[in-house]
Amino acid sequence: MLTTPSSLDQRFGLSRRVVLPGPLRLDGGALLAPVEIAYETYGTLAADGGNAMLVCHALTGDQHLASAHPRTGKPGWWQRMVGPGKPIDTDRYFVICTNVLGSCMGSTGPASTDPTTGRPYAMTFPVITIRDMVRAQALLLDHLGVARLMAVVGGSMGGMQALSWAATFPDRVEKCVVIASTARHSAQNIAFHEVGRQAVMADPNWRGGDYYDGDPPAAGLAVARMAAHITYLSEAGLTEKFGRRLQARAQKSFGFDADFQVESYLRHQGLAFTDRFDANSYLYITRALDYFDLAEEHGGLLANAFRGTATRFCLVSFDTDWLYPTAESRSIVHALMAAGAPASYVELSSPFGHDAFLLDSPELDRVIHGFLSAGR
Amino acid sequence: MSLRPDLAIIAAHLPAGARALDIGCGDGELMAALRDDRGADVRGLELDPGNVAVAVGRGLSVIQGDADTDLAGYPDQSFDYAILSQTLQTARAPDRVLDELLRIGRYAFVSFPNFAHWRVRLSLLWGGRMPVTRLLPERWYDTPNIHHLTIDDFRAHLAERGVIVEGAWFLSGDKQTGGAAANFLAEHAIFLLRREQSKVDRG
Repeated sequence: MLTTPSSLDQRFGLSRRVVLPGPLRLDGGALLAPVEIAYETYGTLAADGGNAMLVCHALTGDQHLASAHPRTGKPGWWQRMVGPGKPIDTDRYFVICTNVLGSCMGSTGPASTDPTTGRPYAMTFPVITIRDMVRAQALLLDHLGVARLMAVVGGSMGGMQALSWAATFPDRVEKCVVIASTARHSAQNIAFHEVGRQAVMADPNWRGGDYYDGDPPAAGLAVARMAAHITYLSEAGLTEKFGRRLQARAQKSFGFDADFQVESYLRHQGLAFTDRFDANSYLYITRALDYFDLAEEHGGLLANAFRGTATRFCLVSFDTDWLYPTAESRSIVHALMAAGAPASYVELSSPFGHDAFLLDSPELDRVIHGFLSAGR
Repeated sequence: MSLRPDLAIIAAHLPAGARALDIGCGDGELMAALRDDRGADVRGLELDPGNVAVAVGRGLSVIQGDADTDLAGYPDQSFDYAILSQTLQTARAPDRVLDELLRIGRYAFVSFPNFAHWRVRLSLLWGGRMPVTRLLPERWYDTPNIHHLTIDDFRAHLAERGVIVEGAWFLSGDKQTGGAAANFLAEHAIFLLRREQSKVDRG
């Protein structure tokens, strides 16, 4: 089906970008065109196209799955999982990772130029959904000549995309791996995101989103990141890492410096985040997450999302994850059971809360490697 | 790989191509055999995450969960066979687990160690201690077997509930033994059950 060896095909490799003509009809009703997608591919697409896999990133992730981040220089966000000989083995699989629609690492988002005005979209960018992100990825797969995915894999928001893939394009997904995720945002999830969005919007530099010609609302975005970061960790993890220990001082200052190590850590996390992320993208992507309710898209019954599916599912949750707790994964599992879908599920133990899915976990490696390689 | 004798009996009596749920499937040994040898569409439920990981690595569909609490999610009659091997005596509410089995599967295989086997009786009678045998290797404080039962207990329970016995196999030292003196001679029992017809029709 391919006439060019994939190693010579300009569509494949690191730091790729493509402008797809679109238009993409969004869940909110708007038409988006053009649709630019930044992505990376790893490994070689088999002649029959049967080894293609899509890995979906989380809220503030990007397409640099297993390659150095261009701005921070840090290793790819899932480098421990993806690569030659790794559980997601790029010697065997052709792995695609795209920057999601609405983000700020090269895919069309609020910082992109609106072709009708020649200025950044800012808040005129249409509100997008997880399913819109998935449909944009499907456009990219069409461009890459990938008709069917042997697997869609994702953690957190990536897991929501994986679920949405299985529900939206069941015939294009053979296996679906959903890690530390949920089929809908809870009131508590929405509440934390609203705190973050209000922090951004309260920053005077935000200026209704039209800040691209001046200073960005870094202070507000940093606070948003700080609040969100707490939800990625467990209380036990925070206690173990910081306790009540003071930051480079022998006693409390009786002031409002970062006396405690945990304060200093969060401030650093917030500040570092503003160097690599666009505040408006943060608003749009958190909105997409809050709108996510897979059951709602299927008549209120989650099982309907998977009725008659031939996709095989593997779900993993972590016992200390209170952002998307085990109960959320279990309710997905119950829906899969009700739909008669082949599903595996395991709750793994980790002290690290939601972040556990990104950290070293031999059990997670074993489950993912086993699930992906089974039957091949 | 040879299956444990009770599992081999279940495997031998499961029709080819059946849809089966193995409750307490361990690392998926029986499931793999049913899939590979019988062409069964088989799913599993297992409490231990390490076992689940091994089973998933075998390409099996296994859900981590507890037979006592997590069977409610399976729809009525969603499997041809529900299998509960060596797990009944570990349940907090074995009677409810059995009800769930017969709700989820059109048929149910149930296997358990017989607490009335003569070796167990002797151990308690002469030793005055809780028996520790090949099939009941744990001591009283660390055994997962919290609801010991005998073959006659089980038969009586089935009669009370109006459960129909489609087949029964008894094992002594990995060899089959007759049903008549099974409560004394068998270490192991395997029952094939179904609900009485009226309940199946309503289900």
